[in-house]
Amino acid sequence: MTSTRREFLVRTGKYLLLTPAAAAAIDNILAGNAATAPAYDMSDHWWGMAIDIEKCIGCGNCVRACKVENDVPVEGPYFRTWVERYHVSYQEPGGEAERITVDSPEGGYNGFPEKYREGDGAKSFFVPKLCNQCSHSPCTQVCPVGATFESPDGAVLVDKAYCMGCRYCVQACPYGCRFIDPRTETVDKCSLCYHRITRGLTTACCEVCPTGARSLGDFKNPKDPIHDFVRLNNVQVLKPQMATGSKTYYSGLDGSVR
Amino acid sequence: MKELLKDKEHLVRMGLLFLGGTLAFMVARIIFVPKGYGMYGQYRAGALDDNRSRPLSFAGRAACEDCHSDISEARAGSKHAGIGCEACHRALAKHAEDPEKVKPVRPDAQSVCLVCHEVNVAKPRGFPQVEPKEHAEEQPCNTCHLPHHPEKSPDEPAEETPVEVQQ
Amino acid sequence: MESIVYAVEGFMYPNEMELQWSILIVLYPFITGLVAGAFILASLERVFNVEAVRPTYRLALLTALSFLLVAPLPLQLHLGHPERSFEMYLTPNTSSAMAMFGFVYLWYLMAVLVIEIWLDYRKDIVLMAREKTGLMHWVYRVMALGSDNISPRSLEIDDKVGKFVTVIGIPSAFLLHGYVGFIFGSIKANPWWSTPVMPIVFLFSAIVSGVATVLLMYMFMTWISGKTLDMRCLDTTARYLMYAFIIDFSLELLDLIHRIYESDESFKTLDFMVHTRLYTSQVIVQIVIGTLFPIGLLALVQLVKVSDLARKGIYVLSACLTLVGIFAMRWNVVIGGQLFSKSYLGYTAYKMDFATKEGLLPAVILLLLPFVILWGLVRLLPTTPGEPEEA
Repeated sequence: MTSTRREFLVRTGKYLLLTPAAAAAIDNILAGNAATAPAYDMSDHWWGMAIDIEKCIGCGNCVRACKVENDVPVEGPYFRTWVERYHVSYQEPGGEAERITVDSPEGGYNGFPEKYREGDGAKSFFVPKLCNQCSHSPCTQVCPVGATFESPDGAVLVDKAYCMGCRYCVQACPYGCRFIDPRTETVDKCSLCYHRITRGLTTACCEVCPTGARSLGDFKNPKDPIHDFVRLNNVQVLKPQMATGSKTYYSGLDGSVR
Repeated sequence: MKELLKDKEHLVRMGLLFLGGTLAFMVARIIFVPKGYGMYGQYRAGALDDNRSRPLSFAGRAACEDCHSDISEARAGSKHAGIGCEACHRALAKHAEDPEKVKPVRPDAQSVCLVCHEVNVAKPRGFPQVEPKEHAEEQPCNTCHLPHHPEKSPDEPAEETPVEVQQ
Repeated sequence: MESIVYAVEGFMYPNEMELQWSILIVLYPFITGLVAGAFILASLERVFNVEAVRPTYRLALLTALSFLLVAPLPLQLHLGHPERSFEMYLTPNTSSAMAMFGFVYLWYLMAVLVIEIWLDYRKDIVLMAREKTGLMHWVYRVMALGSDNISPRSLEIDDKVGKFVTVIGIPSAFLLHGYVGFIFGSIKANPWWSTPVMPIVFLFSAIVSGVATVLLMYMFMTWISGKTLDMRCLDTTARYLMYAFIIDFSLELLDLIHRIYESDESFKTLDFMVHTRLYTSQVIVQIVIGTLFPIGLLALVQLVKVSDLARKGIYVLSACLTLVGIFAMRWNVVIGGQLFSKSYLGYTAYKMDFATKEGLLPAVILLLLPFVILWGLVRLLPTTPGEPEEA
């Protein structure tokens, strides 16, 4: 073998070996923040959310914080998370078994101006709502192009660069947690602050919740408080009859909650 | 062959047209399907990275306590000890990144306190709530309550004196 | 707040106040319904040998083609990013009914409709290629794929292949429109939509609307060309319209009775909606004016001897009311399904604009566009109604 031919083979061999390596390296860099790409392993996590109804005071911190953290339009019916106030009275003579009144003024963004008086025979409470991060989500099932999906670590996410804006997923979500961002004409919804939780932070809404009514949970972490939460409380999910595999567990959820 | 194709060439031509279209489609797929599609499921793998690479607005409590450990100590033992700093002080990731350049604005005691503590029928029974006019006339809350340790009053001696909170 | 802007009554989840699917999405199933219906009518003659409706054969196919060409347009207008719609071809999500649209559409357009029309017209196309000069000569030559062979044997082969295409075309037409019904019927989150009969109801109402359209087109084109109307053809077509309509109405009635009887958790809110916000479009327009009245008129013709002229008048009236009724049905399904909250505690209203991307004006234009295309097609591929196909 002449030296030029050997050189040629060595050089080609190098290129062949290095190209995939270089490609992988470039991919890694292009993948985004170098700080997140190698340190976070999706298979170590299975995300969920714990909500304790008996602790929610309807302050609206979560709604405001989410809009700031995730750049959600402040004006208009666009909410990644919101709080509802329920007012339930029972067994009106000659009437319905229960009368339920719900309100959510601007999603709870500015709190809840008092509407009810003490001692009117009804009970009232707050219910924070968000994307339930379903493990059998009907929304990802119907997306025609795969622009919304369940990540391997249990978050239901949106691919804004791929979404066509057909709105099928908005129709399919039983919880009403999706909306179309009027600025991008693509779908948006609670992403469980994926950019935060993959960096070891908690979600914006949990960060600012003053009573601990909302807390992020990682089922794969044996020390995570969510294990005790679901074990020691009577927990429910919203609309269990829809069998969506919701991973947002509510403790103290009243039967009147829709 | 010619016998077989007699009176059918137009069908063959149509068939070839279809074949050509199908091939063109397959080539287009190879070129245009985004890289990484199908890696983890029926979606573009790059979307995971897109979702991860948003900028932060809230720094998170741990970042605050890195520098402001004195405040954490001051809050120890109070009912407010468990609350995230940015719950009242708003989003401060920019300040955490560059503490000298970006200064937080001190929250207005009245608005920040009443958001949680103004009486409302729907709030849980045991939660401390007051009717502001009855409770404090027109005075701001921090006249009698230290925001970081509400059980104490300002200029209070070292011992903790609990302040009456209306149930 | 938005309650004033969005006319919300009761409680709706904050994201629900704005309707997602507009009149364009009402228009789309209406248009594909006409396609499927017109094609089914054409296949009655071709496959089931219903001789009487032969005069409408070519017209039905061209009508189907005109509407099929327009069908994707309301969807494109509606999308937030129409430039990304090709993604459905590249990466269709196999669990999504909507993802099959691109393929079903392409299949039906190319492998069924275009082939069938081409095979039926091929002799005329070749004759025109021989006859015409200049640009038109080349247009016809391209359409003939350069072939000049119209020997009896080749035409025989064409006929056989055409029959085969029609046979696979029938389930294809069912799929083209049935999947739209499935798109709605498979949404468990929406009780107004979620029912297994949805694809079947959609399909039968599609057949009804398609037959009514072809009937009207046939009468119109015969009238303007000055030829005589084949009353046997007309009577048979109208009879098939009636049969299809009775089946369609029975299915819808079954669904309604079932809902009322079971009275599940969604019933109260749906019932209230039908009695208030949806009353005019559902009860008055769709049921009374758009279904009972035309069925009644068509049934009358079967029971009582009516003069030719009166029959023609009845058929025109019935067909027009039918189209109004079927359009109303699409409206009630699509818009109705979004007027109530998924919390079952509130309602909103649909604000239709006029001259915006998803307003009334583009909807009207899209509805008229197929007739413009049909006019062009008829000039290119003459289909004198009443003239039997040459052997």
